[in-house]
Amino acid sequence: MPDAFVSAKAFAKQVTVVVRREQIAQVARHLKDAEDFRYCVDVTAVDWRDRQPRFDVVYHFYSFSKNDRIRVKCGVADGEEVPSISEVFLAANWPERETWDMFGIPFAGHPDLRRILTWDGFHGYPLRKDFPVEGIDTGAAVYPEEWPEGGGPAADDPNRKVVS
Amino acid sequence: MSDERPISQEEKDRAARAAEDLKGAALAAAESVPVSVHPPTLFEVQEMELNFGPQHPSTHGVLRLVVRVDGERILETKPDVGYLHRGTEKLFETETYPMGIPHTDRLDYIAAATNNHAFCLTIEKLLGVEIPRRAQLIRVILDELQRLSSHLVWLGTSGLDLGAVTPFWYAFREREQILDFFEEYCGARLTLNCMRIGGLPFDLTAGWVERLIEFIDDLPSRIDDYEQLLTENRIWKKRTVGIGVISGEECIEWGLTGPLLRAAGVEWDLRRAQPYECYDELDFAIPTRVNGDTYDRYIVRVQEMRQSARIIRQCIDRLEAGEIRGKVPRVIKPPAEETYASIESPKGELGFYCVSNGTNRPYRMHVRPPSFINLQALPRLAKGHLISDLVALIGTIDIVLGEVDR
Repeated sequence: MPDAFVSAKAFAKQVTVVVRREQIAQVARHLKDAEDFRYCVDVTAVDWRDRQPRFDVVYHFYSFSKNDRIRVKCGVADGEEVPSISEVFLAANWPERETWDMFGIPFAGHPDLRRILTWDGFHGYPLRKDFPVEGIDTGAAVYPEEWPEGGGPAADDPNRKVVS
Repeated sequence: MSDERPISQEEKDRAARAAEDLKGAALAAAESVPVSVHPPTLFEVQEMELNFGPQHPSTHGVLRLVVRVDGERILETKPDVGYLHRGTEKLFETETYPMGIPHTDRLDYIAAATNNHAFCLTIEKLLGVEIPRRAQLIRVILDELQRLSSHLVWLGTSGLDLGAVTPFWYAFREREQILDFFEEYCGARLTLNCMRIGGLPFDLTAGWVERLIEFIDDLPSRIDDYEQLLTENRIWKKRTVGIGVISGEECIEWGLTGPLLRAAGVEWDLRRAQPYECYDELDFAIPTRVNGDTYDRYIVRVQEMRQSARIIRQCIDRLEAGEIRGKVPRVIKPPAEETYASIESPKGELGFYCVSNGTNRPYRMHVRPPSFINLQALPRLAKGHLISDLVALIGTIDIVLGEVDR
């Protein structure tokens, strides 16, 4: 598929091919049917924050007949859609949902694109570099601003029991 | 109650189908004994949505399934995961490479050594480090001990789910001994943290190998004990044979790996296909079966335990004095590259994908967890079976929610 090809490199005997975002589904179909890469190992993404386009969506495929792996990547800008490959590989369904959940990259044509590891209604995309590691206030748990001295109920709390 | 409204053709068909089911079940229960089946009666059939979990002993953790049932028959299963999500991949990015190893213990927490191994292997690939031979052999021993203990937990708990209580006690007796070996080696029993980038943290303690030989030589007879309890057990076979059948082609399509794939007749094991450490020189068989049902997956796992014992014995014979850590710089700063490395964990292909930017912290660390990928085939496996079979199917996939949710 020469029209989809952007660049390729090899490191530690692993081949990485960068392709155009629009043609990723055709590339996956080609790999599956013509090149016999029948096993979709994984789909994930990398956030490069300041780069244009911002994200890389990374696919790993494996061929049983060749006993070989290939890594396919495509660059995606923030808010751009990537064609889903879950029509080609059933195995890509949940990994694509996870990528959507963690990075906010929408997959066009995915049969059931919902959040998977966080919950419906969660705001933000945890694996983006601008998401704070300590987390965000989701409103799911409410903690007091200040705990009373010594913890537990305050000194004037009627439920407080003095043990000693 | 008066039932005045006309009965639609659809309802009639449904009732007839339900009556057929009843008839089949009754016939199967009485086997060849002829039974008189009541003439089909019309009754209302209603589909129902059931919540299965997240707090349920047979879900092996916090897994929630929304099951749509017609009577006891499953029409659709929707897994809801993420209750144990701790943001491990985010944590990897904030800490140096060696500090990531303890986090991997908490992914598949009943097989921590294989997680450590896959993580270290990825970074070793980035660095291009050679692992000393002694370290390779000890790593393989630890891996296989971990496979044994993981399969023993699987055997005990999935038997327990189906009402076979006895194998649980036997399986956990042996698992306890394996955990003692781990404890003696690295001080921990579950969250082992027993590998380092470039090798191992400790050498073996005095007498460890001798005790291990004693245990390993005794193990096949113990496995015979489990097999005696289950393999020809009529109740066990009734609960497992023909349950959750999946073909090899479909397994590949769904990305299933590990015992699920091998029970469906595909002889594929990363230890053989893409050997790491010293697996290429070891003599072991890859157990496969052809039916791809729950019973075959049980057989495959039990046979794998026998092979693990063989592998450990061979590694012990090859052990010789030597270094346990390769030449790794004090501060680990891999080149700005990316790698994917995977190993055959007890559950399937466990891979780590690491993107480095040349600093001492990973820029991106992604886990390819076998449990997560295998679990997504559960709706496919469960369709058309009974609710009680769902318990068998969760058991047979052998999920660990720590790894599913990360």
